[in-house]
Amino acid sequence: MSQIHVSTTLNGDPVEYLCEPDETLLDVLRDRLGLTGSKEGCGSGDCGACSVTVDGRLVCSCLVLGAEAQDREIETIEGVAQGENLHPLQQKILDHAALQCGVCTPGFIVAAKALLERNPDPSETEVRYWLAGNLCRCTGYDKIVRAVMDAAQEMRGA
Amino acid sequence: MQYEAPQTLDAAVALLADARGAARVLAGGTDLLVQLRSGAIEPDLVVDIKRIDELKKITAEDGGYRIGAAVSGAELGEHEGVRALWPGVVEATELIGSTQVQGRATMAGNLCNASPAADSVPAMVAADATARIVGPDGVRDTSVRDVATGPGQTSLGRGEIVVSIFLPARPARSGDAYLRFIPRTEMDIAVVGAAVSVSLDDEGTCVAARVSLGAVAARVLLVDEGARVLIGTKLDDDALQALAAAASAACSPINDKRGTIEFRTDVAGVLARRAAQTAFERAKG
Repeated sequence: MSQIHVSTTLNGDPVEYLCEPDETLLDVLRDRLGLTGSKEGCGSGDCGACSVTVDGRLVCSCLVLGAEAQDREIETIEGVAQGENLHPLQQKILDHAALQCGVCTPGFIVAAKALLERNPDPSETEVRYWLAGNLCRCTGYDKIVRAVMDAAQEMRGA
Repeated sequence: MQYEAPQTLDAAVALLADARGAARVLAGGTDLLVQLRSGAIEPDLVVDIKRIDELKKITAEDGGYRIGAAVSGAELGEHEGVRALWPGVVEATELIGSTQVQGRATMAGNLCNASPAADSVPAMVAADATARIVGPDGVRDTSVRDVATGPGQTSLGRGEIVVSIFLPARPARSGDAYLRFIPRTEMDIAVVGAAVSVSLDDEGTCVAARVSLGAVAARVLLVDEGARVLIGTKLDDDALQALAAAASAACSPINDKRGTIEFRTDVAGVLARRAAQTAFERAKG
């Protein structure tokens, strides 16, 4: 099987890699590029732990082929903080203790960021429906939802 | 496996027609990659159609809309024109999966995956939508009803691609709606789905109707008797009862862990009735 050469933009930086034709973007991120923030929970698009954006659109990177990233703009959890400064969503997740094992947390943050970029003032119902594709088996979701609402409020005030 | 992302339709058709082994079209990939990763399919060739510009577009045509096969559910949902003309089709498509799945999944993919429980298909059937298919022998248009022939099976020939779905124009005072039953509030597969599309005259009497059911037979059903009992009525109680009876009578579902034959048959009537009520409300404006 011959590998495919891919040029893409990852968290604002140009990146090139070789991947197998049937290799997922998630596997490329984790195993070839060393970006292990995106997690594999289910590998079938059900859990959202591998959430990234492709050209601004929220997707599961386990359901994207690495080869599909050619000339796209990919954003992952690693691009959310600005240097040492956490994104408000990251800070509020910590403040609300909205994680336990942490496997789902990167996906929640990437997904919630995509929501707040479209809708800076979501209702709780809108937050819950938007995040329905992100599964957490520890927290029961309430703290996550409160953290997102709190971050949204702070970001509106900023 | 070979991966190709051609920029023209001709190149895509040629790749598929000339493929030596099993070939698959990749649109949103939300079904294909799951099948690929689970080992359910082992294609020799995957042709990604998302680099073909004309397949990424929603275009106004003859008072209706042509939805390219690579248009995602999220893109469809953001299109005010389609939302206004065919709200039932948009709401059905938006029920597929999560926000993440919506970022990739397409109506054409939902159609070609050929699940009897596909959410967008009953709404497309009620809308009398047409699938445009391009292949080695040229272009043909066919009713969306004729694309899936059974669970996981389609009528597509070798090298053929569904390139767009056409949602036709409709008279003023028309409305459509789709409802499904699932045991959760989101992120699930329809146990039963029901779509109704109606057109009313100036007095509010139904002059045209189409009723479609999903997940209650091997294929999505068009229930002619359901349409017949709506036409000529203002959706009074008798019409609603007759519609529910017609919908239930049309069902030939399976028993499985998500629902029994009896449950699916009963719920099909309930959902058809409720979808008709919403479609009538939308038609009245």
